[in-house]
Amino acid sequence: MNVMSDWIEIGRIEDIPRQGARVVATPAGNVAIFRTLNDEIFAVRDLCPHKGGPLSQGIVCGKRVACPLHNWVIDLASGEAAPPDEGRTACFPVKLENERLWLQLDRPE
Amino acid sequence: MKKQKLIVIGNGMAGIRTVEELLKIAPDAYDVTVFGAEPHCNYNRILLSPVLAGEKTLNDIILNDDDWYASNGITLHKGRKVVAIDRRRRLVRTEDGLEAGYDRLLLATGSMPFMLPVPGRDLPGVIGFRDIRDVELMLEASQKYRHAIVIGGGLLGLEAANGLKKRGMAVTVVHLLDTLMERQLDKPAADLLKRALEDSGLDFRMEAQTEAILGHDRVTGVRFKDGSETPADLVVMAVGIRPNVDLAKSAGIHCERGILVNDTLQTFDPRIYAVGECVQHRKQLFGLVAPLFEQAKVCANHLAEYGIARYEGSVTSTKLKVTGIDLFSAGEFQGGNGYEELLFQDPARGIYKKLVVESNRIKGAVLYGDTGDGAWYFQLMRDGTDISAFRENILFGQAHLGDAGHGADNRAALMPDTAEVCGCNGVCKKTIVDAIVQKKLFTLEDVRAHTKASASCGSCTGLVEQILQSTLGSDYSVSPAKKPLCKCTDHTHEEVREAIRTENLKTIPEVMRFLDWKTVDGCHSCRPALNYYLLCQWPNEYRDDPQSRFINERAHANIQKDGTYSVVPRIWGGVTNPRELRAIADVAEKFEIPTVKITGGQRIDLLGVPKQQLPAVWAELGKHGLVSGHAYGKSLRTVKTCVGKEWCRFGTQDSTKMGIDLEKMTWGSWTPAKVKMAVSGCPRNCAEATIKDFGVVAVDSGWELHVGGNGGVKVRATDFLCKVDTEEEVKEYCGAYMQLYREEARYLERTAHWIERVGLAYVQERIVSNPESRRALYERFLESQKSAQIDPWAVLAKESERQHFEPLRKVG
Repeated sequence: MNVMSDWIEIGRIEDIPRQGARVVATPAGNVAIFRTLNDEIFAVRDLCPHKGGPLSQGIVCGKRVACPLHNWVIDLASGEAAPPDEGRTACFPVKLENERLWLQLDRPE
Repeated sequence: MKKQKLIVIGNGMAGIRTVEELLKIAPDAYDVTVFGAEPHCNYNRILLSPVLAGEKTLNDIILNDDDWYASNGITLHKGRKVVAIDRRRRLVRTEDGLEAGYDRLLLATGSMPFMLPVPGRDLPGVIGFRDIRDVELMLEASQKYRHAIVIGGGLLGLEAANGLKKRGMAVTVVHLLDTLMERQLDKPAADLLKRALEDSGLDFRMEAQTEAILGHDRVTGVRFKDGSETPADLVVMAVGIRPNVDLAKSAGIHCERGILVNDTLQTFDPRIYAVGECVQHRKQLFGLVAPLFEQAKVCANHLAEYGIARYEGSVTSTKLKVTGIDLFSAGEFQGGNGYEELLFQDPARGIYKKLVVESNRIKGAVLYGDTGDGAWYFQLMRDGTDISAFRENILFGQAHLGDAGHGADNRAALMPDTAEVCGCNGVCKKTIVDAIVQKKLFTLEDVRAHTKASASCGSCTGLVEQILQSTLGSDYSVSPAKKPLCKCTDHTHEEVREAIRTENLKTIPEVMRFLDWKTVDGCHSCRPALNYYLLCQWPNEYRDDPQSRFINERAHANIQKDGTYSVVPRIWGGVTNPRELRAIADVAEKFEIPTVKITGGQRIDLLGVPKQQLPAVWAELGKHGLVSGHAYGKSLRTVKTCVGKEWCRFGTQDSTKMGIDLEKMTWGSWTPAKVKMAVSGCPRNCAEATIKDFGVVAVDSGWELHVGGNGGVKVRATDFLCKVDTEEEVKEYCGAYMQLYREEARYLERTAHWIERVGLAYVQERIVSNPESRRALYERFLESQKSAQIDPWAVLAKESERQHFEPLRKVG
């Protein structure tokens, strides 16, 4: 089994502000880890499908983030751009166990 | 849960729009059944005129085809007229005996053409102009016959006449009054229109009352009150419409001229709603499409049991294209009654403009030939803007030439398909037209969302509106009376601020709760606005919410296209020294900053800094006394100066020192949008103070103060506010102006737009003619500055804060 298929511990939930995000730096680029107002956690590739803007820097509302470059709105659960814009960014499995955050990198959805 | 049953009677624009709005917000709430008397799917009734004129085909104007009904699970009964509603048993019955039960019923029965009660009105060849059947009858007649009479010189009558003429018939328009389109035009504009239509080949009989329609098996002519007769093989009655209330009345639902509805579009029977041309709301009837769509939205909201929207009537202006001629009218356009009238006439170019004014406020407008400024006048009218400051030029338009869509009456129609309309987003005309047609867009907001045209800087808005108008046909009207802050609320900016103030709301969640926000935690439009409004209202008390700020203000640097940032230290009044320059040079070298650029605001920009490096860069700059320049914020940016009398042989005052003093006083303040200032030492104005939000020009005897300018997309030169004598006064007026802008402009509204909205006269009244008001504003400004003037870079450069700039973890 590939080592990367394991869950990686990436930090604690308090490390990310509510309605905010932090990134996990990987050789293949950043993955943005979002925390919503209700403490739900999502992981998506930190790359807007429009012009590659860093989604982690956007304003988080509900389960969506507005890209800081041109305000495309991306659904955090699906990675899809809100209509009428069209595009999708990859999502990653992420989980919270005992206040610790875990990320799986080799299975983008 | 079992779905409720919704029956819609009326398969037209208002009914189906309501269903579409309902599907958007509550797709699973109802089993929907639609009954339509016509044997067609929902089509765009506004476009019947172009079909008649041969410019469009019937297929072009279908809005929802059979597939749409099927794929949304809607049962459609085409060509089945509902003849009875049994409210007790809650079911409807059609002419052919079909019965269907409902939980909620929506009446959208539209209107009927009013047929004059004269002898012969039932003869073959006498028709209205309302639906596809009428158009088919007219087309048939145009092939067999020669002479047509259109009774009624309103919009619909003129369009019918124009269409029939294009189909080869000789057409006479008969009108009861001496003014065509008297509900939209005054006499001079109507006369211009009449002359233009006569030139194109139409005949008119004005002030003629129809007495009888002549003929035995088919119409042969019309006799008038004065005894004269005119032969005709086709008579089109277009004298008005009447809400179609027969069905509602027969079911005992309270009707007057229309079906009475309240602000939730509910009839007197709580299970029954009504929308569109069949309703009467606050004594008003409706004929234009924009109010119907507003009603549809509100009605859908209540059908979905959200219960928060209200329809409070629409203030509409009418923008029309009658047979190729642009017309605009709004408000009390007739004038008279103690109103003043501003007039512009250029008969050779076929242009007429009239503004009706009372106490320097626009009450109404008629524009003929050149309607490019209609939206602007309408805005000034709705906002009640005091126009005294630009009254002498107002008839010449908003002076935004070029891309703003003004200056050429038919620019949009004449543009080739490939011409670029929106320079920011690279959108050409064809893309916009295709989106309007294929995605059935009706409003500017829709076009923005789908194409991005005019969604960035907005300078092509006028042009996009023209394209919308020329694509949609004659009846394009701009509407909503009040514009909500964003899609999360129905409240306006002003209402939100008022609630914050009077209800003592102190946090974003409190505001959202109190005002029934529709979303859990807002959106990227409203959260920054609310954060600003709270900060402005409760200075020294409100705790700023960084997560509700755009990234630039959260990271205190400007994000660039590659995700790196730019850093601009404050250089007070544009004056620096070797020590500061050396510090900046050292930082640029140490951190290998790729680009160092002199800005337009007399500062230095360090571009290409990765986020993680920002705190270290700031710490290094801070060691040499350099602080944040706020080049990233909706805040005081830069104060540009010239060298003034210290060096310049023309200088009259120490403009450099004045600039530094103003910057020291105002730095750190958050504002609705960015604020730039400049101070020039003499009227040669080398610091370009007359295109700044606040500009000071020194003269020999004191200081001239200028406000509301900006460069950028639409250059706007400042308005002259007043002249003052002393340096202390410059500061007091500057602080008062800043505070007035902070307290009363809408979030993201630059001073230029704010002043155009409220009028210079208002700003002068608050700041110049009323010293008490000025001093109170100035004091409030200084008070709020107490907690604002903390260098954010120094705070964020501390070790304890640095984690916000670091990755959570590095992998691999």
